[in-house]
Amino acid sequence: MKFSDQFEQRFAEMLTHYPTKRSVLVPTLLFVQDEVGYLSDEVIEEIAQRLDLTELEVRNVISYYSMLTTRPRGKYNVQVCTNIACLLRGGEELLEHCETKLGIGHKGTTADGLFSLEEVECIGACSWAPAAQVNYDFHENLTVHKMDKVLDEYKKRATQ
Amino acid sequence: MTDLVSHPDEVRVVSKRFGKGATNIDRYLELDGYKAVQKALGMQPDVIVNEVKNSGLRGRGGAGFNTGMKWSFVPKQSAKPKYVLCNGDESEPGTCKDRLIFEHDPHAVIEGVMIAGFAVGSTTGYIYIRGEYRYLLEIMQKAIGDAYARGFLGKNIFGSGRNFDIYWHGGAGAYEVGEESALMESLEGKRGIPRIRPPFPAVVGLWGGPTVINNAETLASVPHIILGGADWFANLGPPKNGGTRLFCLSGHVERPGVYELPMGYNLKKMIYEVGGGIPNGHKLKAVVPGGSSCPLLTADEVDVSMDFDSMMKAGSMLGSGGVVICDDTTCMVKFALRIMKFYRHESCGWCIPCREGTDWLEKTLTRFHSGGGLKKDIDNIQYLSENMLGRTFCPLGDAAAMPTISIVKKFRKEFEDHLQGRPCPFEKEGKIEQLPVMAV
Repeated sequence: MKFSDQFEQRFAEMLTHYPTKRSVLVPTLLFVQDEVGYLSDEVIEEIAQRLDLTELEVRNVISYYSMLTTRPRGKYNVQVCTNIACLLRGGEELLEHCETKLGIGHKGTTADGLFSLEEVECIGACSWAPAAQVNYDFHENLTVHKMDKVLDEYKKRATQ
Repeated sequence: MTDLVSHPDEVRVVSKRFGKGATNIDRYLELDGYKAVQKALGMQPDVIVNEVKNSGLRGRGGAGFNTGMKWSFVPKQSAKPKYVLCNGDESEPGTCKDRLIFEHDPHAVIEGVMIAGFAVGSTTGYIYIRGEYRYLLEIMQKAIGDAYARGFLGKNIFGSGRNFDIYWHGGAGAYEVGEESALMESLEGKRGIPRIRPPFPAVVGLWGGPTVINNAETLASVPHIILGGADWFANLGPPKNGGTRLFCLSGHVERPGVYELPMGYNLKKMIYEVGGGIPNGHKLKAVVPGGSSCPLLTADEVDVSMDFDSMMKAGSMLGSGGVVICDDTTCMVKFALRIMKFYRHESCGWCIPCREGTDWLEKTLTRFHSGGGLKKDIDNIQYLSENMLGRTFCPLGDAAAMPTISIVKKFRKEFEDHLQGRPCPFEKEGKIEQLPVMAV
């Protein structure tokens, strides 16, 4: 499989950081997922081969980490936190609002492939709750109105 | 960028460079950057260990173990390489402080890792940052790169003839990986399953080598101790609880935010003066004093010093500094359910009491919150929780049990108010699907 030069450069560099090859696995899976969109069978085969692991060993690791996925997701993955600090400041209402607005539930993807939605555990934004992450971007001190603006902004970005 | 707050009672040690552009290495150097490392290069390892020991610095990740003591457990001679591992897998619900450290003062963490390395005779450090904090991983990558470019890391650092390497490492979403042995498994490219102890990581850690594992805030405190001295740091807090803490105020509080206060600061004052009290004329009901795994305190119990020993005496824990405040509109059954849902989701399934316990407890609490609970379930929740305590490889089982036990004990009436088909008194009518009461 062909990955970007940036990925290859970082991958080669990371291999020099540890006494064992396998140690690069967790961050590498996330980096490759960022490029491909999800951890496809081909990706798993490729990574397993590069690190002298079986595909099963790679899959075992994937299934442990909540950010890793073997299914395609929308271009923008909307992750709404509903853990305690967000719960107390309207995290659930925010999630419900996203469900209604996007017409999808937890781990669903919109028909146009633009958005996915996920209810996530604490993302470390407790003092700025309620909060959500769209891909890696944090959006904090949210209200339903602010969330609408955030989603509209991403929609606009996609059509530009 | 996260919003910064301030309060006159704050004592800024770890946060003193927040908001001052210290991610830039030149700016960091202007702000006393890399002075501690240079000073430590001239100190004997034992002297560094004793200095940190005497400072009363205790683990900021939650366990509160004396940091210098932890370092002293690393054997002087080792056939295998020794490592320093910075735990930046911050995921304890209620906690968002390491995020600020990485965002505003990444070089302080680098210095802390280096000094820990000098103290235990290691020349390699890893800084593990949770996967969700991608922008912080990028900040850290740049900081490490800048430090190498200046000769602060790599070979012959500061012309001392000594070498030190630091590498960044990113996670991919797992609370349990914040536990030290699971953290090492994750760094080695595996599922974050905890290891049995002993042997402790100080003796057998990463790839079998002796390993010091400290929280990011702990390590960021170390350079300040080296420069300011053990006595100065120790005297910031009560005996055996040196320094300050980054307290993350969240929930029903007027001015949420991360405040650096001296160890031992009164919790009531923290809520009402620093945090500005409870909004909208509501009253305080409960406080999670140090992240979701701590036993909750009721409104009558908040007149307490926020240090490790006082909190232990008060029947809770100082934990990771996440102070979550609940007002009188909060349904404690729902709160207990949300906490359990989290632990059920994060339990790796390795130990049966945790895997089965969190699952049963989530089911029981769900039924309870939906009006389908039975009276005997109240005691059953407590019984199940108590049977998880101390019966797992890592403390995730304890973390799920402790808040639950405290909520059942302290808010039993709220459980009784949900009984026998009665809808949750705190929810809008029709919001939750009513479950039938189970046949006995």
